[in-house]
Amino acid sequence: MSESLVDISLTINETEYRVSVEPRYTLADVIRHQCGLTGTHLGCEHGVCGTCNVLVDGEPVRACLMFAIQAQGAKIRTVEGLSQGDTLHALQQAFMDHHALQCGFCTPGFLMLLTGALETNPDLTDAELRDVLSSNLCRCTGYQNIILAARAGADRMKQLTSPMPETATLRPADA
Amino acid sequence: MKPSPFQYHVPLTVDDAVTILNNVAPDDGHILAGGQSLVPTMAYRMANPAHLVDINRVAGVDSVGVDNGHLSIGCLVRHAAFETPVIDGPIGDLLPKVCHHIAHYPIRRRGTFCGSLAHADPASEWCLVATTLNAIIELRSVRGTRMVAADDFFEGMMSTARAENEMLVSVRLPLMKETERFGFFEFSRRAGDFGLTMVLAVYELAGGSIVNPRIGLGGVEDRPSRNAAAEQILAGSAPSDAVFVAAAEAASASVEPMEDIHAPASYRRHLVKAGVLSALRQTVQ
Repeated sequence: MSESLVDISLTINETEYRVSVEPRYTLADVIRHQCGLTGTHLGCEHGVCGTCNVLVDGEPVRACLMFAIQAQGAKIRTVEGLSQGDTLHALQQAFMDHHALQCGFCTPGFLMLLTGALETNPDLTDAELRDVLSSNLCRCTGYQNIILAARAGADRMKQLTSPMPETATLRPADA
Repeated sequence: MKPSPFQYHVPLTVDDAVTILNNVAPDDGHILAGGQSLVPTMAYRMANPAHLVDINRVAGVDSVGVDNGHLSIGCLVRHAAFETPVIDGPIGDLLPKVCHHIAHYPIRRRGTFCGSLAHADPASEWCLVATTLNAIIELRSVRGTRMVAADDFFEGMMSTARAENEMLVSVRLPLMKETERFGFFEFSRRAGDFGLTMVLAVYELAGGSIVNPRIGLGGVEDRPSRNAAAEQILAGSAPSDAVFVAAAEAASASVEPMEDIHAPASYRRHLVKAGVLSALRQTVQ
């Protein structure tokens, strides 16, 4: 067995982090402890709760089920990369507007899950959104407000990327 | 919940992966593919491999193709590849229906079809598909390649015919005829959870009669299996609810279900009856 450290480079939210890791270090632990990005939370550490979801090359994955050494060369996105300055991402705003969190521990995982799923398919139906949301656990909300926020955030994301400029004026940003 | 130390190997070709595996397998070396079962097992310290051979950067093994009447699935094809049909025809429709039941969205982005077969969890959907459809599994070692029928591959709970120095490089599923019908049933306690019982029913309808029926059961016994009792009742009969009920009862009576914290044997026996009936009824809808 070897506990020797390996120097790797991770690209997180378009910033490069050079870190020394043991191969056994999970991506989630390295993001938190060595890159200092503590927005990614760890719940179960065995792939069930979804709290540690991050995007790896656009796909939501469990950062506790991937070793950091495997993520070299990939584009990683975490919850810290969602907002544009002081402007929240459409999903973050929707989570606020619909009270889709209480303690907030699970929220980063939900946001990254939804961001990846909706960037891949902006037209997810209500049933498909519920299926995607079944990936993550929340112990506060009872999920109903998360479902409402996901729908509202999905609609807003689509509106913001719509090729038709007039649609942007049909609804105020903060309904 | 932290894996114990291991040496990490990252081959770029199948040949290199097989060579490294051959060197490290006697020293508790394992292949790492999607890692969605292996890594949790390591987090629990139920598995403490001394070496991991990460095949995620191996070239040319991440595609699905048609090869001599078979759907050929390379060892880096993720579950998510099957969320929509990969091919026209019944098998193209069957795989998404089953895939939808596999774990959750992020898990399906990472986990692989072939990894599920190598892991051989009794509740694996793909292991059930492989057994029911008579898949052929390609194993490669430094000595060469051998093909193993799914029926001979699964030997028990997370136990297969794969030798420790062999890498599962692909699986071949026979294409289904246009006249073949299928139904799939899974019961689990939560969305994405392990199935307590799964049933895949496939048969060909020829001249109004059931030909070549295959009733596959998963999550019931220690490995996926075909149910001969149900298949005997179906073969040669015209599809009808009475025949389906008889087949479901025969299947239920003939299994020897596992017992665990989630369900006693009697409960799984009941699920087999309900599941076979449900899967068969889907074939005539």
